[in-house]
Amino acid sequence: MRLFHACAIALTVLAPGAALAASAEHGKAMFILHGCWQCHGTQGQGSIATSGGKRLAPNPLPWEAFSGFVRSTNRAMPPYSEKILSDGDLADIYAYLQSIPKPPDVNGITLLK
Amino acid sequence: MAREESQIKFNRRKFLAGVAIAGAAGAAAPPAARAATTALTPGTTPRPSALRPSAAVAANETATPPAMAKSEGVPASDFMVDVIKSLDIKYMPCNPADSFRGLHESLINYGGNKSPEFLTCTHEEAAVAMAHGYFKIAGKPLMVCVHGTVGLQHAAMAIYNAWCDRVPVIVVGGNDLDASKRAPGVPTFHSAQDISSLVRDFTKWDDQPVSLPHFAQSFVRAYKLAMTPPHEPVMIALDAALQESTTLDRAKLTIPRYVPTSPPQGDGNAVREAARLLANAERPVIVVDKCARTENGVKLLVELAEALQAPVIDQKGRMNFPNTHYLSQNARGRALLGQADVILGLELSDYWGTVNGWIDNGDDDGSGLQESHVKPNAKLISISSILLNTKANYQDFQRFQVVDVEMAADAEATLPALIEAVKQALPANQRAAVEARGGGLKKAWSETRDRTRQAASYAWDASPISTARMAMEVYAQIKDLDWSSVGGDRQFSAWPTRLWPMDKHYHHIGGPGGYGVGYGLPAAVGAALANRDAGRFSVSFQPDGDLMYSPGALWTAARHKIPLLTVMHNNRGYHQETMHVQRMSNRRNRVAYLGKDLGPLGTRIENPDIDYAKLASALGVYSAGPITEPNELAPALKKAVQAVKAGEPALVDVVTQPR
Ligand code: HEC
Repeated sequence: MRLFHACAIALTVLAPGAALAASAEHGKAMFILHGCWQCHGTQGQGSIATSGGKRLAPNPLPWEAFSGFVRSTNRAMPPYSEKILSDGDLADIYAYLQSIPKPPDVNGITLLK
Repeated sequence: MAREESQIKFNRRKFLAGVAIAGAAGAAAPPAARAATTALTPGTTPRPSALRPSAAVAANETATPPAMAKSEGVPASDFMVDVIKSLDIKYMPCNPADSFRGLHESLINYGGNKSPEFLTCTHEEAAVAMAHGYFKIAGKPLMVCVHGTVGLQHAAMAIYNAWCDRVPVIVVGGNDLDASKRAPGVPTFHSAQDISSLVRDFTKWDDQPVSLPHFAQSFVRAYKLAMTPPHEPVMIALDAALQESTTLDRAKLTIPRYVPTSPPQGDGNAVREAARLLANAERPVIVVDKCARTENGVKLLVELAEALQAPVIDQKGRMNFPNTHYLSQNARGRALLGQADVILGLELSDYWGTVNGWIDNGDDDGSGLQESHVKPNAKLISISSILLNTKANYQDFQRFQVVDVEMAADAEATLPALIEAVKQALPANQRAAVEARGGGLKKAWSETRDRTRQAASYAWDASPISTARMAMEVYAQIKDLDWSSVGGDRQFSAWPTRLWPMDKHYHHIGGPGGYGVGYGLPAAVGAALANRDAGRFSVSFQPDGDLMYSPGALWTAARHKIPLLTVMHNNRGYHQETMHVQRMSNRRNRVAYLGKDLGPLGTRIENPDIDYAKLASALGVYSAGPITEPNELAPALKKAVQAVKAGEPALVDVVTQPR
């Protein structure tokens, strides 16, 4: 959690929307600030709160589908308008999600056998 | 009842005996007797309607036997203890209070603190929740004494949870009724005309006995009603003066025998009609919530599902159906319901919500999107006992759903007849199709299992620790023990009920019923108490917000040596509310204000973080944590499991992903 506090503090330095083109680090801070982590988990792994565990990472949806969804979804996820989440910040969130590595192979995890 | 009046009432025999003996001895009559004599018309000699008995006969029949001559009677609350003992109530989780001091004293000094054994609780809400959790493992109710006013106010939320969850708890509220006799000041603040009115909307029955025979009947009736499905909490308001009075009548007081009431069974015609629909269905689906009350209930459900080769969607209000069985198809519930032609709902808390969807997206002028999840011509069948016990005020009966065949009956009790009827109704030419259905479901079951394992692997190494990782690290430590999961798991993606193989009726205990926060810890302690007596290992995942309502239940577990492994699902927030406020902020196009927190202001439990391990050890519980790195979990859990195996409670604080 300390890590995420550090990100939250960084927000006070980086004004939301400050165009740091496709910065995964800033994207992570925005992912926290805008509450994506609340339902999707800090690594976009999904949860009971994302309709059957929909995942954002690794391999997020193509950008158009991704951004289109965030802006205009009208179902279980509350949409984010540009008024509260700028295109730049959303692009950074996308970069953060792209930077998340694949999980270990499930067949190699003893506890999941 | 007034303290002195009750004294007089219960001493009436002694008083009458006194008159007879005094009369025989020619001594002066007591003042009350004198008053009665002078009330006759002056100058007339009273004429008896029958011959007076001789002094010797009168003495034999009415006087105190010589052996009891020095006795001053029996405390009335001793008799109450005899009544309670007749019902074999093993424990009484309780926070002490003077309005039931008479009964308390009798329980420990006369009753020997056995059946029930007093378990000291630090809050009435925790005491009732302990009884709630205990029942879900033991299948037997506990009683809880509370101060009838302030204690009952504390207990009320937990009683509501038990009500919504259909769990019997016998609540006894102390009260001092006689306004002219009770102590002024605090005890009078703690008295009311009708204490039970506070919980009448969510108790099945209540009474305020005014005599000992009345108490005996009320208590046995309360127990009986609570234990007749639908099981529900009941309430006895117990006058302090009655408890503290003395009775010379003990030998004449009787205790009604408890005879269990058989649970209501579905009407024969309705059962046959349901069976006909199910047997002829192409895609029948069984949905269960609070169906299996007992071990046998699980077996019966398996038998029904197998007879039909019908998928079972378990809403997990009870351990209804083994998730190891290929007909367990929770993950595909929505799709299966969408294709179903016949749906059988067994003890569903919310039938409407089962066959309809509601999406909190602000549509329809803010009230949310509603849509049906089932085909318009799907036939709906319901067996639920809750129809027999619905009240008006609290809305636990949920939205109204039109159902084609509806039985006001206990599902488990109706299952044998339904299984029989289904077997008879299955057309011979349908058998092959039924078998084929099973084949498809076996495949779907193992595919779902693989997908679930895969889903659990994401964020496997994350910090804060993923909830799937937490669940599986715990399982690795307990899988060879005879374990019982005594907490809910909805708040962390239901990993245990999805991934732990659960096939025994005590493998999980369902949720709180009314979702009143503060249930989790004490209910787990209560369930662990029942598991202790059965020689099982109890484990619970404990949300942080819930823990802080009555952390004192940890001390109760330590004090009474109740072994329980508590693993904190510590997401440092009231996370459901975090998401709600985020949703509202988005809807109103405002960036949620976080202050210095990680979530919308007011929803987080941080700044400062609570050190749950320190809290637990301050309350006498073995503890470890906070653990933020997943590879530190196994060694910490191993030690905690050892402590629990040695008979103590233990807590491991795990800082987790939110859900
Ligand atoms: C209150 C919970 C919540 C929050 C907050 C939230 N989401 Fe979602 N998200 C969901 C749910 C639920 C779904 C699945 C919706 C559906 O299937 O209709 C979803 C789906 C998505 C999807 C589509 C995934 C797919 O494969 O179909 C994307 C993309 C997404 N979210 C991105 C985001 C981003 C970016 C944020 C933060 C800016 C965010 N979400 C915040 C609940 C949330």
